[in-house]
Amino acid sequence: MSQVNKSMSLANPAPPFRDTIQKIAATIGAVGLLFLFVAAFGGFAGNQGLMLTVSLLLMTLGTIVFSWRAYSNQPEGIKNNGIWFSSLTNKGLWAWIAGIVITGFYVFLYWFPEYLGKVEEGVNTGLIGFFDPLSQVLKGTPASEWFVYGTLYTLAILIFGFKFILKYRHNTYQILRTISVMFFQLGFAFLLPEILQRLNQPYYDFKNMWPLNYYFFFDWNIEGFLNSGNIGLFMLVWGVVMIFAISPILTYFYGKRWYCSWVCGCGGLAETAGDSFRHLSDKSLKAWKIERWLIYSVLVFAVVMTVAVLFSFFSNNPENFAITKTSFLIIVLAVMAILGGIASRYRNDLKATGKYTYQIILSIISIISILTLIAYITGSWNVFFIDSYSLRSWYGFAVGAAFSGVVGVGFYPLMGSRVWCRFGCPMAAILGIQQKLFSRFRITTNGGQCISCGNCSTFCEMGIDVRSYAQKGQNIVRASCVGCGICAAVCPRGVLRLENGSVDISQRTAELKAIHIT
Amino acid sequence: MHIAIIGNGISGITAARYIRKMSDHNITVISAETDHFFSRTALMYIYMGHMRFKDTKPYEDWFWKKNRIDLLNAYVEKVDTQNKKLVLKGSSNLSYDKLIIASGSKSNKFGWPGQDLNRVQGLYSYQDLESMEKYSEGLKRAVIVGGGLIGIEMAEMFHSRHIPVTMLVREKNFWDIVLPIDESKMINRHILEHGIDLRLETELKEIVDDGAGQAKAVTTNKNETIECQFVGLTAGVSPNIGFLEGSGIETQRGVVVNEFLETSVPDVYAIGDCSQQRNPLPGRQPVEAIWYTGKMMGETLAYNICGKKTTYDPGIWFNSAKFFDIEYQVYGTVLANPPENHVSIFWEHHSGKKSIRIIYDKNTSEILGFNLMGVRYRHEVCEKWLREKVSVETVLQNLSLANFDPEFFDEYENDVIAMYNKQSGKHLQKKKKRSWNAVFDYLNT
Repeated sequence: MSQVNKSMSLANPAPPFRDTIQKIAATIGAVGLLFLFVAAFGGFAGNQGLMLTVSLLLMTLGTIVFSWRAYSNQPEGIKNNGIWFSSLTNKGLWAWIAGIVITGFYVFLYWFPEYLGKVEEGVNTGLIGFFDPLSQVLKGTPASEWFVYGTLYTLAILIFGFKFILKYRHNTYQILRTISVMFFQLGFAFLLPEILQRLNQPYYDFKNMWPLNYYFFFDWNIEGFLNSGNIGLFMLVWGVVMIFAISPILTYFYGKRWYCSWVCGCGGLAETAGDSFRHLSDKSLKAWKIERWLIYSVLVFAVVMTVAVLFSFFSNNPENFAITKTSFLIIVLAVMAILGGIASRYRNDLKATGKYTYQIILSIISIISILTLIAYITGSWNVFFIDSYSLRSWYGFAVGAAFSGVVGVGFYPLMGSRVWCRFGCPMAAILGIQQKLFSRFRITTNGGQCISCGNCSTFCEMGIDVRSYAQKGQNIVRASCVGCGICAAVCPRGVLRLENGSVDISQRTAELKAIHIT
Repeated sequence: MHIAIIGNGISGITAARYIRKMSDHNITVISAETDHFFSRTALMYIYMGHMRFKDTKPYEDWFWKKNRIDLLNAYVEKVDTQNKKLVLKGSSNLSYDKLIIASGSKSNKFGWPGQDLNRVQGLYSYQDLESMEKYSEGLKRAVIVGGGLIGIEMAEMFHSRHIPVTMLVREKNFWDIVLPIDESKMINRHILEHGIDLRLETELKEIVDDGAGQAKAVTTNKNETIECQFVGLTAGVSPNIGFLEGSGIETQRGVVVNEFLETSVPDVYAIGDCSQQRNPLPGRQPVEAIWYTGKMMGETLAYNICGKKTTYDPGIWFNSAKFFDIEYQVYGTVLANPPENHVSIFWEHHSGKKSIRIIYDKNTSEILGFNLMGVRYRHEVCEKWLREKVSVETVLQNLSLANFDPEFFDEYENDVIAMYNKQSGKHLQKKKKRSWNAVFDYLNT
């Protein structure tokens, strides 16, 4: 009887699925998380500073050790073994528990912060009180529910970003992209705005653009900028330039990925903490149809709401601004005319995406123009008897809170990590239209090498059926593609590559490559 | 006209899809394996938990009805070419006007004692996957016989479940009948790195019965006994054509077809793994059990059936695979034992997990082939170079056109050129930077 030579194995051939160290690490992380619950129910009063530090450190340590053990003792490569067998990552009991806990947290965060310990006049208690010491250090004021949220959000991106980098340590594109989202979250979304506030400047995340940042054009936000001297003015101009110049230019050169999977905070969380759920996105044609109706409806909602808010703002403050009601009307009509022009220029591309796409777009443009005109004539904004104030509070409730937060993150374990980005984000909608119509970006396919295995489609967090293009040898140009590059990474045959090129923008989707058949 | 297709694999389904694109013929696709077409090459990923079965289906289930392709879950027992009908299991019949045989392969068995025991199997069909799953429970060791593509897949599958694996490989190095020696050795190392018990130059002698009709061990030609509860037979596949006996259709290893994929019997065609070219094109094997050749045959045959006479021509050889974490691509002629005029430029990364081999003709300097490990090259560019027989120096100077690795990856063109310069005493330099625009211009000139 021969013995198997154990010394030949660099990686242990038969470890248990989770070894002891991983179990200990998971426990350490869970204890850190448990501290938050204890604090939420009033524990650690008087000892918050120390216990918060311990809690954050335990969660960090747990995740780092766990992922170190999971990936570093194996040869580098794709690590998706067993992903459909695990309860957490295949919509089992743990997934539902996680989904309910996260959803619940968001419900409290948005609508019942008092249960998280928020005290308007006086000292915070509970979970929010737990974060007071950190808030004092960073910005010199007690914590708010948004500070708690921002801290946990940033921590999640950092520690799961570390895990992601270990998982994809053979892939430079993935490493750089992840370092980028970690940097933008920590620096731009978290530290800089808090520091600005400490310096009595407006709270501003320089990378967060309208319409994702839907309150950018709200009166209080604009007034905040205008009351903050040159810095405020710079922020206002920067925000407008981002929307109308910087983002189209970058999207032209690199596709929407420059934002969605390199910079954006929502994308950042999806790519790091959400990575284990990316395969849960629905790839069916039906889901794609729902996606297009939903995301463009949200975009139209965001535009109408913003135009209404701005109209009211300018008509209510005629004496304060250089922009009058009349010039605003002209601006809106001009922008709508430009959009109509673009739509007409690309009408063949638009018709290719759906029989009535072009007509629908023209109708929406006309309706917005007419509504603005009516508002101008009657002197007040009223869309189907809804004034601008209600519009904006409905948007804040339905899209800003319920969709992007509760559903967007709470449903990670059930519908995949990009629910918000795919079905809801109006920013992604705009960048997607740019990407589809005028961008150098596409995913190219490699001749006849595709074996239709389905890894690319399965691990596409945006639910794109990548395989349906790859097996035809057709390059992929989809409005929703965030350019995360995972399809190319998981492909076992080297079929997909993210590329930018200017020579053939209008022919990017040509079915050109049935090259081996006469 | 009613076209019956035996087999719902890539060949049969491609034929059905293209016939539907070009005509209104009635199409019936018959399979006893699964109700719907799935990607056979993805079976391993189901076992490994990367995908579910439904994720391996390239078309959603509504697709077939919408495109009026009838699917019949049945087993064809006999083909009656006289009366143009198929005899199905359960004694019903199906008549046809034209018949396409696309019945695929079966795993090879070479008469080993014990090869028909329980817990002994290959990996080809969905049912093979199901039994692998069944036998995995409580499995302490699997022995895999054969060092080829399916053998290493099976090893990776068991390894993903932390089931110890012994691989018996007849050759001196893994797959060295196909791979050049350096690449073979790279894969040896990689298999060992994963903790697989790789036994080279070892052959299966016998599979030992546990007394209840199940495998309990194997003995090798070195007279070792290895205890195991599963034996994977992965020494290649051969055409699955047993049901054609007595049909009058000429068969040798496979169903013999001409360049139009017609068999010896009128209105009967054969494509994919089960077919055998009567006159294979130069550099091509008569039987090629490969995904893309099945696809090409399916499309070619659809043209022929729909009145556009087309000869089967799979073009310049290419293929790809993945050995655990190392991807493999080949374009053109890369031989394990090359003749004297085939010269290699071989560069290997210091990690020992990536290599580039470029082969050219010593006398004419014409480019002959590319063999890539852990590096991706662009199919169309390599193919164009090979088809146009450009010189190796042109290839090297423009090598970045072929680079298909993701953005920000290290680029190795200069290393390959340096290797050539060292061999030849020349001073070539890379001419271009990697860019899609350059590729597009090159491919369209």
